[in-house]
Amino acid sequence: MSSSVSITLTQCSRTFSGGHTALQPLDLHVNAGETLVLLGPSGCGKTTTLRIISGLESPDRGGRVQFGEQDVTALPIEKRDVGMVFQNYALFPNMSVADNIAYGLKIQRLPRSETEQRLAEVMRMVDLEGFGERRIDALSGGQKQRVALARAIAVRPKVLLFDEPLAALDAKLRDRLRLEIGQLLRELGTTAVYVTHDQDEAMALGDRIAVMQAGRIAQLGTPQEIYHQPANAFVADFIGAVNRLEVIGKGANGQLTVQGGELTAPHLQEAQSVYCRPEDIEVVALPNAQVKGRILQSIFLGQSQQLMVDTGGATPLQVKASSRQHWPIGTAIGLALPPQALFHPESSHSELAAASAKEQANG
Amino acid sequence: MNPRIRFALQLSFTLLVCLFMIIPIAMSVMAGLTENYFVGLKSGLTLRWVIEVWQLYSDTIWLSIKLALACLVITILIGVPAAYGLLRSRRRWANAIEELLLLPVAVPGLATALALLLAYGSYREFRGSWLFILVGHVLFTLPFMVRAVLSVMQTARLPLLEEAAASLGANFRQRFFTVVVPNCLSGILAGALMVVTLSIGEFNITWMLHTPLTKTLPVGLADSYASMRLEVGSAYTLIFLVMIVPLLVAIQWAGRLSSPRR
Repeated sequence: MSSSVSITLTQCSRTFSGGHTALQPLDLHVNAGETLVLLGPSGCGKTTTLRIISGLESPDRGGRVQFGEQDVTALPIEKRDVGMVFQNYALFPNMSVADNIAYGLKIQRLPRSETEQRLAEVMRMVDLEGFGERRIDALSGGQKQRVALARAIAVRPKVLLFDEPLAALDAKLRDRLRLEIGQLLRELGTTAVYVTHDQDEAMALGDRIAVMQAGRIAQLGTPQEIYHQPANAFVADFIGAVNRLEVIGKGANGQLTVQGGELTAPHLQEAQSVYCRPEDIEVVALPNAQVKGRILQSIFLGQSQQLMVDTGGATPLQVKASSRQHWPIGTAIGLALPPQALFHPESSHSELAAASAKEQANG
Repeated sequence: MNPRIRFALQLSFTLLVCLFMIIPIAMSVMAGLTENYFVGLKSGLTLRWVIEVWQLYSDTIWLSIKLALACLVITILIGVPAAYGLLRSRRRWANAIEELLLLPVAVPGLATALALLLAYGSYREFRGSWLFILVGHVLFTLPFMVRAVLSVMQTARLPLLEEAAASLGANFRQRFFTVVVPNCLSGILAGALMVVTLSIGEFNITWMLHTPLTKTLPVGLADSYASMRLEVGSAYTLIFLVMIVPLLVAIQWAGRLSSPRR
């Protein structure tokens, strides 16, 4: 394996000819061997960032792309030594599975024996043994993406780039291939950048995640940091479900008054509102409840149930509860919101949350 | 109306139309094989006229084949890169150029030929050689090659395939020959058959551009109609049909090949 390199983007922006700015000036460093996921809704600039790294697009003047120490800004994609997996597979329909996978090796003019050996090796890695002679249009979507994956890793690139590789597949297959890609990336140790709009994929695969919004990086951090300490409301909302509770008053001893009750949050004294994930809210007996409400709706999900609780606020609270207990609509319910589960995106010094994230990471 | 009667009426109408078109061709073919057309079939069948045509006009047949093949080579060499260029250029420009390309098809062949004569007629060597006719044929057939190739290119997701090839280290030349050309082969094939057929049958431009030493098959055909026995002209037509019909069948077959498959 070629030793992995870091990727550094310096002040890379991208403005299209119509004047539309897809990417604001961006600085980004991907460590050698790391998998960085670019996550965001469509149009957030994640694909543009990937294409700038790949060399398929150039940054506006002043932007710089480096692989390790090497400045590759002026190099076209074919000279950058990258492997790329596309959403629509982009397999060559005029070639067999084996010819597709060996394409990059033939371009490199490797000796025949080495080509054969590497071909066998990567086909084993992606579980495609015996498929070499198949035609591309005789493959299923999952098999096609495995071929594309094999083709990208066969050349032993310095950097692996993924452009929503699983978006065209159905849910079950997506989960399986996601696991396989994760395993492959760990095995190879190649620096990888992975673009997706799917938060589950991002958390499963990313060593770090860059959440992007409107051409900017909204937050860059480990999956735990992104989930438990979202930098702003957009990130909190984009990654998983979140409840937002308006603070309507302050009690003695640091109590925050919200619709339906009072919360203990010594670390959020300045906040106008507090956030809490549905799975962190506990269902407790009414006398012990911090917040009380009535069941608006319960949705059975098998492993859990989602309760919508009306506490008198503008939007109902989402609570993820055990699926064993039956909650008829209108029933009174008591809830407890542990202090460490409360956060506010804009308050940067949420030490409790940081502590809990650390705990989570170590656990 | 009774569906059976309706079917019978439809069938007979269709057959009538077919006969209306086929009978003249059949009569022409028969005329070329009959000893004496005015006496009729009872004068006997013969290959005499076919042989006579071959002896008189075989050079026009060879010239037509040579022209068609040369025209094919040139239209492929120009047409495939041109189609690729159109695919890659901006919509607005591409549309304008595509329309310009169609001009030689829309303008009467005589006008094209006249323009060529005005521009290059004074270069005597060139004027007298078969290459002069070749220029006319290329002008006329190139749009058909470009269109056939371009339509396949547009459905083949070539830009994406090229990006994939580039990511694997292929430079432009390698991408062009390993990805672009193989993935529009069906378009090239359809275009090629069209070009050959059109070139072999082309009369308008060729008639204006030819010299007594550079007669193509259709020009020779006109010549024989004007100055020979009816049987000779008909036998000549027969030879032309034998050459052109397999090409037409092949065009149909290639058209089916190039229809998008997934």
